[in-house]
Amino acid sequence: MYIPVIGLEIHAELLTKSKVFCNCSAEFGGDQNSRCCPVCTGMPGTLPVINQTAVEYAVKAGFALNCEINKFSVFDRKNYFYPDLPKAYQISQLNYPLCINGNVPIEVEVNGEKIQKNIRINRIHLEEDAGKLIHDDYNGVSLADYNRCGIPLIEIVTEPDIRSAEEARAFVEKVSLLLQYAGVCDCKMEQGSLRCDVNISIMKPTDSQFGTRAEIKNLNSLKSIVRAIEYEIKRQSKILDGGGKVIQETRRFNDNHGDTKSMRSKEDAHDYRYFPEPDIVQVNFTDEDLAEIRAKLPELPEKRFERYTKEYGLSEADAKILISQKTISDFFNGALEVYNNPKSISSFIIVELLRRVNLGEVSMDNLPFSSKDFAVLVQMADEEKVSKNDAKTILRFMVETGKKPEEIAKENGFLITNDTGKVEEVIENVLSANKAIVEQWLSGEQKVFGFLMGQCTKELKGVCTPKVVKDSLEAKLNSMK
Amino acid sequence: MDVSQLKIRQLREMLDKKQISAAELADEYIKRIKKYDEKLESYITVTEEIAKEQAKTAQERINAGSASALTGIPIAVKDNICTEGVKTTCASRMLENFVPPYNATVMEKLNSENIVMLGKTSMDEFAMGGSTQTSAFAKTKNPYDLNRVPGGSSGGSAACVSAGLAPAALGSDTGGSIRQPAAFCGVTGLKPTYGRVSRYGLVAFASSLDQIGPIARDAHDCALVLNAIAGCDSRDGTSSRVAVEDFTAKIGMPVKGMKIAVPKEFYAEGIDSVVRDSVLSAAQKYKDMGAEIVECSMPSLKYAVAAYYLISSAEASSNLSRYDGIKYGHRSSKGDSYGELVCNSRSEGFGEEVKRRILLGNYALSSGYYDAYYGKAMALKQKIRAEYEEIFKICDVILTPTAPSVAYGINENITDPVKMYQADICTVTVNIASLPAISTTCGYDAKGMPIGMSIIGKHFDEATIIQVADAFEKNFEAVPPKMV
Repeated sequence: MYIPVIGLEIHAELLTKSKVFCNCSAEFGGDQNSRCCPVCTGMPGTLPVINQTAVEYAVKAGFALNCEINKFSVFDRKNYFYPDLPKAYQISQLNYPLCINGNVPIEVEVNGEKIQKNIRINRIHLEEDAGKLIHDDYNGVSLADYNRCGIPLIEIVTEPDIRSAEEARAFVEKVSLLLQYAGVCDCKMEQGSLRCDVNISIMKPTDSQFGTRAEIKNLNSLKSIVRAIEYEIKRQSKILDGGGKVIQETRRFNDNHGDTKSMRSKEDAHDYRYFPEPDIVQVNFTDEDLAEIRAKLPELPEKRFERYTKEYGLSEADAKILISQKTISDFFNGALEVYNNPKSISSFIIVELLRRVNLGEVSMDNLPFSSKDFAVLVQMADEEKVSKNDAKTILRFMVETGKKPEEIAKENGFLITNDTGKVEEVIENVLSANKAIVEQWLSGEQKVFGFLMGQCTKELKGVCTPKVVKDSLEAKLNSMK
Repeated sequence: MDVSQLKIRQLREMLDKKQISAAELADEYIKRIKKYDEKLESYITVTEEIAKEQAKTAQERINAGSASALTGIPIAVKDNICTEGVKTTCASRMLENFVPPYNATVMEKLNSENIVMLGKTSMDEFAMGGSTQTSAFAKTKNPYDLNRVPGGSSGGSAACVSAGLAPAALGSDTGGSIRQPAAFCGVTGLKPTYGRVSRYGLVAFASSLDQIGPIARDAHDCALVLNAIAGCDSRDGTSSRVAVEDFTAKIGMPVKGMKIAVPKEFYAEGIDSVVRDSVLSAAQKYKDMGAEIVECSMPSLKYAVAAYYLISSAEASSNLSRYDGIKYGHRSSKGDSYGELVCNSRSEGFGEEVKRRILLGNYALSSGYYDAYYGKAMALKQKIRAEYEEIFKICDVILTPTAPSVAYGINENITDPVKMYQADICTVTVNIASLPAISTTCGYDAKGMPIGMSIIGKHFDEATIIQVADAFEKNFEAVPPKMV
């Protein structure tokens, strides 16, 4: 048996409006080469100017991942030729990254028991993304799209603390969650805004030193991270079992085959000829600067969990579901602003809304109604302005139409008027129309109550809740005893 | 009318008094360019049509009575400063047909004053050299002797001002490229403090050292141009927020009581005696004016050239990597792969000196060599800065020769690069320390070749070096080149 030793490098695109060194839009997509300018395409004479928001976001990421922030930070040039890199160097950070020495707690299962494990973060640095190449094999040409050129990226580098594919997955999920809460990255792996390189070696439990590692580049889904790691463990185990030696190299994961192939060995590794970027002045933070950025950091999931359980008295299981996605937690918080009943809101989200989300009827990312509307609905049900059952139907209509709950209730006659005169009147009428049955009840045949109740509720729909009907009917019958 | 020796202030007066129109003035220079530049080769591109167009607009502004200091003044621009719609070649085959779709910040500033651009001047390829003989298009001559070099890399700018083919020009200075050609051609050149003038649109050679500055007939004219181009620029993160003063403000103030440093290493072996004597006699003149000459030392000067060539070549190797012939610039017709195509394009597009520096820079940055070369050079940079700081604790300005010799013959061009680089000894420390310096003519040798001296100032104290240079110029009789 071998123990895998894994370290990750996560590249996360920051959610700034403009690129890191120019004013071009940093939004995803757009027509080819519609979001670039002389600066991000590296035209002669142009100069990069650092986007302070990108620096701020990188520092926020550092705070979210429990890092120390370097007060003094330097940008460097990483030189290499590639057609997606128009300056032939990437502006990155080598010796003085913005953040160092962080850690991210993840939950791992040991012997069926869930325990917390800390994955240490070596560093987070800020750099620019490269463009995209589109290879047109039919016409035999390669085309370059520079829209992505200069989008701000942070690279998060872990220590080799990860010991399984599952831990790697849990770590990436946790980092995504933290970055989303910090508001610095949308972490959409399918759009490439979060990408991952895996460094992996294997060792025997008795070994005192790590084995030789391979680096697997550019994994862009949780699934491929897990599969690539599992494949690498098998591949390296086979080599060692056969008496061979793992060589240090960079490998590429093939999603279709589920295997990894060598890209280049250590001998072919680039010499990036790093040196300090003379066009960008060094970053110098004061304590006040850092305090200011920290103050802008939104509440992170741990904090919310604590608030939900301690302040709001929610169960740990419910609180966990609420914080599992930032959109859910934000929705919950938004609803509370209108109707401050955490238990009620939480339960309606978990039982009703998330059920529909899980059925695929709607997604938290683009709900057709606001958290305010949702809160109004829950409050209406709690205040018995609509019945609990009707409230569920109203939510379905909201999902389908996006209409306001009050409007749906009115249109469909779900609104309860609590007109007590009407209640009295209906009960009188039902009892006088069913004298024989009333007699049966009075003589002790309790089961006929259901029939009378049914007759009344039919008439009182939208006037009062069934409970009011039941109480009033019981009171009336008892008075006749 | 002979405009050849007129200064900006005189042209200003003539324009404002309607003694000449902006169009006529531009035409005078265009005529001179047509007459002399075939031999001189100071321009790569002459922008006659643009000049006429701009002269018209300038005249309207003059007529409206809203002219500023440079409205209607013809100016030449070094061909590594981006000019929208006008070829910007850096005197390299690589950018032979490169037409930038944007203006450098300095051009926007000059255009907002409604200057009249005469053309783009020749230079050493990518500003690498001190002779303008590495230009792929125009190997400029010295107006004082057409068999001699004009210096470089801003040789075209210095020569055209010297020969009266422009009253002023923009140059760029990475290790002396404004001051040394100004000295060789008998004109005045100012290298501002690093960060004083935006580098946006200046095609980068060595980003931490490059700075745009004026070449003109005297210090006062340099101050007028600097007034127009200085200032913080949001497009250049290294441009300084230090407030821009009126650089003519100190002109005419006495130098009496001023302390002028004379570091002995700048007058040691390797400096021609005719140069040394001329600069020292200038020092004597300052003393006569009441200044105090302070002898001092800069022990690290002997390492300065090595440090300069390591830093500048390292940065150049990276800055010039973008020229791959893919999006613009020279593209080879040979090559079956991306790698081959880039390799062939660069091999064909760059000249020998540029290639030498790219190789040197890449070598110095390679893993395993970085600490020994680039790291050491950076350490020296700190030391040189510290030594300047020491001198400036006591002195107001520093006086040195601008170059170890007068302009040398084109055929004497030294082929040993290390020897050639050594000729930059007098100028490179100023760039390494980010200081401002001005070179002006302090004498002529027996054959009438100009000798330049440099006045180095404290950071952002251009006004004082302009004052000091002007004080000398007012008492010095300049001899124009015979060709004019």
